[in-house]
Amino acid sequence: MELILALAIGILFGSGVWLVLRPRSFQVITGLLLLSYAVNLFIFITGRVHINKPPLTLPEQAATAMQYADPLPQGLVLTAIVIGFATTALYLVVLLGSRGLTGTDHVDGKEREHDE
Amino acid sequence: MLLLLLILLPFIGAIAAACMPAHARNREAWFAAAIALSGLLITLSQFAVVSEGSILRYEIAWLPAYDLNLIFRMDGLAWLFTVLIQGICLLVVLYARYYMSPKDPVPRFFAFLLAFMGAMQGVVLSGNLIQLVMFWELTSLTSFLLIGYWHHRPDARRGARMAFTVTSIGGLCLLIGVLLLGHIAGSYDLDKVLLAGEVIRTHAWYLPTLILIALGALTKSAQFPFHFWLPHAMAAPTPVSAYLHSATMVKAGIFLLMRLWPVLAGTPEWTWIIGTAGVCTMLIGAFLAIFQHDLKGLLAYSTISHLGLITCLLGIGTPLAMVAAIFHTLNHATFKASLFMAVGIIDHETGSRDMRTLSGLRRVLPYTATLAIVASAAMAGVPLLNGFLSKEMFFAEALLVGSASNWWMSAAAVLMAIFGVAYSLRFIQVFFGPLQSGDNSTPHEPPRWMRFPVELLVLCCLIVGILPELSIGLLLGAAAQSVLGDAIPEYSLAIWHGVNLPLVMSVLAFGGGVVFYRWLVARCNLKLRDNVPLLHRLNGKEAYETTMLLLAAGAARLERWLGTRRLQPQLVILILLGISAALLMLWYLPTTLSALQFTPINLPFALLWLVGCSCAIAAAWQAKYHRLAALILVGGTGIVTSLTFLWLSAPDVALTQLMVETVTTILLLLGLRWLPARISARKLNLVATSRDKLRRIRDLSLAITAGVVLTLVSYIILIQPENQTISLFFLEKSLPEGGGSNVVNVLLVDFRNLDTLGEITVLSIVALTVYALLRRFRPAPESMRIPPQQTNPVDPASSQLPGEQAATGYLQVPAVYLRLLLPIIIVVAIYFFMRGHNLPGGGFIAGLIFAVALIIQYMLAGTAWVEARLKLQPHRWISIGLGLATLSGMGAWLFGYPFLTTHTAHVTLPLLGELHLPSAFVFDLGVFAVVVGTTMLILIALAHQAVRSHRIPGQSNEYRAQQEQK
Repeated sequence: MELILALAIGILFGSGVWLVLRPRSFQVITGLLLLSYAVNLFIFITGRVHINKPPLTLPEQAATAMQYADPLPQGLVLTAIVIGFATTALYLVVLLGSRGLTGTDHVDGKEREHDE
Repeated sequence: MLLLLLILLPFIGAIAAACMPAHARNREAWFAAAIALSGLLITLSQFAVVSEGSILRYEIAWLPAYDLNLIFRMDGLAWLFTVLIQGICLLVVLYARYYMSPKDPVPRFFAFLLAFMGAMQGVVLSGNLIQLVMFWELTSLTSFLLIGYWHHRPDARRGARMAFTVTSIGGLCLLIGVLLLGHIAGSYDLDKVLLAGEVIRTHAWYLPTLILIALGALTKSAQFPFHFWLPHAMAAPTPVSAYLHSATMVKAGIFLLMRLWPVLAGTPEWTWIIGTAGVCTMLIGAFLAIFQHDLKGLLAYSTISHLGLITCLLGIGTPLAMVAAIFHTLNHATFKASLFMAVGIIDHETGSRDMRTLSGLRRVLPYTATLAIVASAAMAGVPLLNGFLSKEMFFAEALLVGSASNWWMSAAAVLMAIFGVAYSLRFIQVFFGPLQSGDNSTPHEPPRWMRFPVELLVLCCLIVGILPELSIGLLLGAAAQSVLGDAIPEYSLAIWHGVNLPLVMSVLAFGGGVVFYRWLVARCNLKLRDNVPLLHRLNGKEAYETTMLLLAAGAARLERWLGTRRLQPQLVILILLGISAALLMLWYLPTTLSALQFTPINLPFALLWLVGCSCAIAAAWQAKYHRLAALILVGGTGIVTSLTFLWLSAPDVALTQLMVETVTTILLLLGLRWLPARISARKLNLVATSRDKLRRIRDLSLAITAGVVLTLVSYIILIQPENQTISLFFLEKSLPEGGGSNVVNVLLVDFRNLDTLGEITVLSIVALTVYALLRRFRPAPESMRIPPQQTNPVDPASSQLPGEQAATGYLQVPAVYLRLLLPIIIVVAIYFFMRGHNLPGGGFIAGLIFAVALIIQYMLAGTAWVEARLKLQPHRWISIGLGLATLSGMGAWLFGYPFLTTHTAHVTLPLLGELHLPSAFVFDLGVFAVVVGTTMLILIALAHQAVRSHRIPGQSNEYRAQQEQK
């Protein structure tokens, strides 16, 4: 499991990095989405792999740490996901506005000669 | 307590003055005068206490752990300066009432003036060195505002900027110096520092401390070589000049030197640094003053010279010199303020301050002329006036410097006095000679009360000059005692000390001054000279401008070298840094093989990620030309991520990810409509150049490296055993103290609810920003047209007008089902919300579900239909949500707990049974409302762009016309 997760995070991150380095603004936004998946997963796995141990401390069970998954990374990732949505929206609007104003979808607002 | 009032009163007054209407000149002046007067009365009432040598002290705990408290203290010296600051302020306010034109925005003027007065009071009354520097900087700031009051004039702006740059650099030096001083003395408390004089003077850091503090004081007091800012600050309105450059701003440096005199003075270093600066300044200033053509310019340089004199006295460092310095500070303030005001009157009446054109003003302004002549006589040091007395004291001290054979200091003093007589003569020249009759209007005497401050100040000059012991002796004694302690030297304030060397020097100076002036007029043609002989190369202003230009150019060059405005290089650097940080982490990671842990591989999970990774790679490959496909592929990865969260015991995160995934996809779909199609390079027959290929290879290798490194880091983290974190605390306290068994939710709405409050605030701000940006949205011209899909006759909406769509809806059959679905989804949302505290769910998830329910309606029934029936006001949702969350936090105050403390109540209701009611519930409700509001605001704002484009008479109407013809 650990290997699969690590590989998955690496592949998502690599794809994201490739896209973020592209010159077109839409490529960058998809890259950011992929990067955020990778980073969220990365934060999440600092709590290690737990299967069937959701952090729900129901009254009938006594609380010991071994019983539950780590709730802290989960809480952090949850807020990160929601904030990620907001920044994606902001980036999208800036992207659209920049496309309308500059007439190009290059991230710098102007084309370079011999660009991809 | 009274001391605190003294400081607060001007600042409160400044705020109140700023709020008054723009043309209320009288009211403003009365108000400001009342503030200054009440401060003055408070101060005067304390004289009895201060004159006995006791110190008023008021302390407020600020950072007691660091031995740093707000201390206000008043001793004789502080008392004297306070009286000076408030007294002159009162007179300046009165004067400004008549001086300021009705067109000037007076509230700003009086507000700044009062704020400046407050800052000055703060400097004078501070009993803590850090606090003193704070007020010191505040005087720089407020004087900047005052000098630049007429900000439409470039010279005012430049003068203000120059004064601010120089004094604030000095302020920075002072701060460092004071920190060093406090460190040496072991406390920032002034009283403790003043007792540690011996320790400070013998400390290894004494010299750097002295230099830094001297830099602060010398820049503020316009001492050579920093004197150049003061003449340029004359662009300020004259009342400001009269206030800042006679009694207050420039005296702050002097005050600081006097304040720290007991601890810093008495060493050769002190005498050399302070004394040399003083001598140079007084000579250069006096010499330059003679050659000015502007009346205010002359006064400015004469101010510099007199400040140099005081600094020089302080540098000499004997107790008697100290007494002389305090005395001259007072005298200079009175005659210089009155002279500035007289110049203001001349300027006001004649419209000019140029000594080359003004003459004979005695005929039209007899009273003002008399007053100004008396004041400038005091400036020149004529007997029976106050300037004479302190100058005599200065001569006496100058004689004592060095050994009996060293006459340099005495020579410099006499030379300065000669120049002083010369420029005073030059100044009063404007009142004599024939009256210039070029203007249409003849100048006349100013209103009675505009002249009053000048009269009062000149009267002071006379009284002090004739009856020194009676009028000023007591005050001077108190001030000197507070600096010198019990070692006050014997001194006598009398006009006649018999024939002695100082008197001879005075006589010499008068004779020399008159002769020198005659000679200058005869030989040098004062009125036509444009530059100052000998010293015109010594141009501090030019040096300053050059330095500023060089700095700006240097900064620009550095930016060109080190910075880029292009995004890609920045990102490359960022990623490289990230990779190296991760590699560094790998380097230091201890891998003890014994404690490693593995979980058995699960085949479905592996297959799941096979899909997820393929989607990610495919998206990376296709995002350029096939945006929709890339979007769908990214969505696939998102679903897999969400499932992973579910698999690995994070149901809340999984639900959130799933809902956000939905909303994000819809958002991007809405955005896609505004991006014109890309034509692939192959179709355009473009061939990638070798540079492009190189860049691709670089990016690809960077991406692969980043992926590999993160894989390694993740893998190493995953196989490490779990270590003890604060999570255990959350798991243990969640139910008993947070009142909920869903630890993640309790974490969000209880343990870390301040974070969550911050987060929903950010969400709201982003949503509003998106909304604001879209209001001015100009789409790309290529995508203005309605897309072909929407004009295809197969689509019923293509022929619908908005009104029709509002009546019938867009897709009628699915819309009917969805209308049925709406209440069900809302119930589901409420269900998730209600159980959130104990089971997966909560405000975030419920909010997102609710938003999705509404979005589906928009999508299938059409915007027009939904909005005809549902008045959803996302702004309100956001504000209500933020309000609820904040109020639930503030509720804790009512019970005496800190902000955002939660409480769980269990209420038993007749029908529903026992109800679990934590106060975090209200907070979560706020989160819910904010999430719904932001999501809807963003999506609706974007969606409305498409609706707006339909209102432009477009193809749909043409299509209808064609239909009707058929």
